[in-house]
Amino acid sequence: MKNILVYSDRPESAAELVSAGQLIAAATGGTLRALSVNAPDLSAFLAARGIDVLEVRAAGDPVTDAAQMAAALREAADRSDAGVILLSSGRRGKEIAGRLAQEIGAGCLTDVGRLDVVAGRITGVRYALGGATEVFQAVATDRQVLALRPGVFPEAPEGTPGSVQSLDVQLPAPRVRLRAVNAKAGDGADIEKAEVLVVVGQGLAEQGELALAERIARGLGGEVACTKPVATDRRWLPEDRIVGLSGKTCRPSLALLLGVSGQVQFTVGIRDAVTIVAVNRDDQAPVASLSDYFLPADLKAVLPELAGKFPGP
Amino acid sequence: MNILIAMKQVPDLQQVRIRDRKPVLDDVPLLMGDIDRSALAAAVALQEAAAGKKIVLSAGDGNLEDTVKEALAAGADEAVLVIDDRLRDAESAFSARALAEAIRRTDDVGLVFFGEGSADNYSGQVMSRVAGLLGWPQAGYVREIRLEEGKAVLTRSLEDREEILEVDLPAVVSVVSEIAQPRTPSVTAILKAGRKPKTVFSLADLGLDGPQPKAVETLDQLAPQSERKKLVLKSVEELMDVLRSKEKP
Ligand SMILES: Cc1cc2nc3c(=O)[nH]c(=O)nc-3n(C[C@H](O)[C@H](O)[C@H](O)COP(=O)(O)OP(=O)(O)OC[C@H]3O[C@@H](n4cnc5c(N)ncnc54)[C@H](O)[C@@H]3O)c2cc1C
Repeated sequence: MKNILVYSDRPESAAELVSAGQLIAAATGGTLRALSVNAPDLSAFLAARGIDVLEVRAAGDPVTDAAQMAAALREAADRSDAGVILLSSGRRGKEIAGRLAQEIGAGCLTDVGRLDVVAGRITGVRYALGGATEVFQAVATDRQVLALRPGVFPEAPEGTPGSVQSLDVQLPAPRVRLRAVNAKAGDGADIEKAEVLVVVGQGLAEQGELALAERIARGLGGEVACTKPVATDRRWLPEDRIVGLSGKTCRPSLALLLGVSGQVQFTVGIRDAVTIVAVNRDDQAPVASLSDYFLPADLKAVLPELAGKFPGP
Repeated sequence: MNILIAMKQVPDLQQVRIRDRKPVLDDVPLLMGDIDRSALAAAVALQEAAAGKKIVLSAGDGNLEDTVKEALAAGADEAVLVIDDRLRDAESAFSARALAEAIRRTDDVGLVFFGEGSADNYSGQVMSRVAGLLGWPQAGYVREIRLEEGKAVLTRSLEDREEILEVDLPAVVSVVSEIAQPRTPSVTAILKAGRKPKTVFSLADLGLDGPQPKAVETLDQLAPQSERKKLVLKSVEELMDVLRSKEKP
């Protein structure tokens, strides 16, 4: 079981897994293959990156049923003699990871942000204690399932084309059926790439104040991002603007945090910023010791005053 | 039909201190995780429409009976607990086995709720492992759920889309925090919680007291280093000066 199998239903994530898989293959001498399920476009995309693809065609929507996906992956791993199975640690991938690991008796690491291979042993680095620490872990079982944080590994470029072979699998009867799909609102802003971020937290009292934060962000040439409750509870901004453990990891040169308390789960997403500036009325909030510059003040007064220094809409 | 709500005992992260880049966990109180408390609130709301119990399910160390009181006060009818000091900080594969065995010994289970990830590890594995052990269907990241005859209809919230799914029961689901606001129990509810029924299993009761093979080895744990200036500003003018000086030319 010296080979490596990669799977994600999203092309960008799958391409990231290919580059991580190539890194492992180079160190262990294994061969890299990819699985694709009901997605001929994905098969072609991966084959163009030099990978041999095992393609499954099945009735229904196996991609939405983690039990069916675990069965398909198990079969593909057996046929390709794969000991390392790489998945993306997005929501779907993470769900499949645990099920597959259970069914093949494997140890599993999810949300892996860095990988190291020393003397054939893979070490993964992930957050623990809500992001307060990083743990360095290695899977101790013969087979291992590793789910890698999306957006961390580079996407593999095109190379000498690989092949696409069809794989017959016996899937268990579906017990999860897809009735409908709704697209989620997102507005295309990419907070991971922004040089300047103005991050709003629950310290903003009214939705109307968002416009002021947006004006400041525009004035500084940046984007508005937010803490999790601002998007998920208040629904003021789309979820792709969330910074943190369950959101995005950002590395701006300047982050201005407005009304953010600075809980660990948030902090992991911003601690790589070059300069952190925060405004909070509580000088004991954890964000005070997380920042380079801290203004203890009430946003009710500060926000309009600060926004007034930048050109209006 | 009964609903089980799996809740994890986690250290109060706001009280974890870092010394020499290592976490100090002594005397840090244990709590039920935030997202688990949302899961409980969602289960309570769902059962209002149906007949059946809301049962808290947890595997943890000797403090577990204390930690679980809050959940019993916040609307659960009963608790099913697996208690052993080896379950403190247990790896996902082992916690999942303990929970799955306890579920097998509980009557008429239609749904098992989990939080999408625990407040400490956030690895999200236990839910899928439990579903795998039981051979039940599963759906993760659920934002809305209702019951129909023999099945649940739920909304799964993915990064870029939502899926409306129909899942056969019994099933295992994980929920996102926005599914429901955690309930804050009243003082009388807390007083009454101690009298609610509890079923306690030991690992031996579940046939799990033998040596457990390790699935994952932890080689090191370190707090990332970060040095911040921590300068206090006095006015919006000073704030503006800082922002201007950091702006791209
Ligand atoms: C498993 C898990 C994953 C999570 N993932 C994430 C994540 O990815 N991202 C994330 O952000 N959170 C995440 N959280 C939630 C996190 O723990 C915190 O609850 C959240 O970050 C708090 O958001 P906040 O700072 O906006 O709100 P609060 O903690 O409520 O802080 C608001 C702050 O505003 C200040 N304030 C209030 N009014 C004013 C005013 N008028 N003027 C000035 N200041 C004011 C207050 O002093 C306070 O410090 C996660 C939690 C869990 C359990």
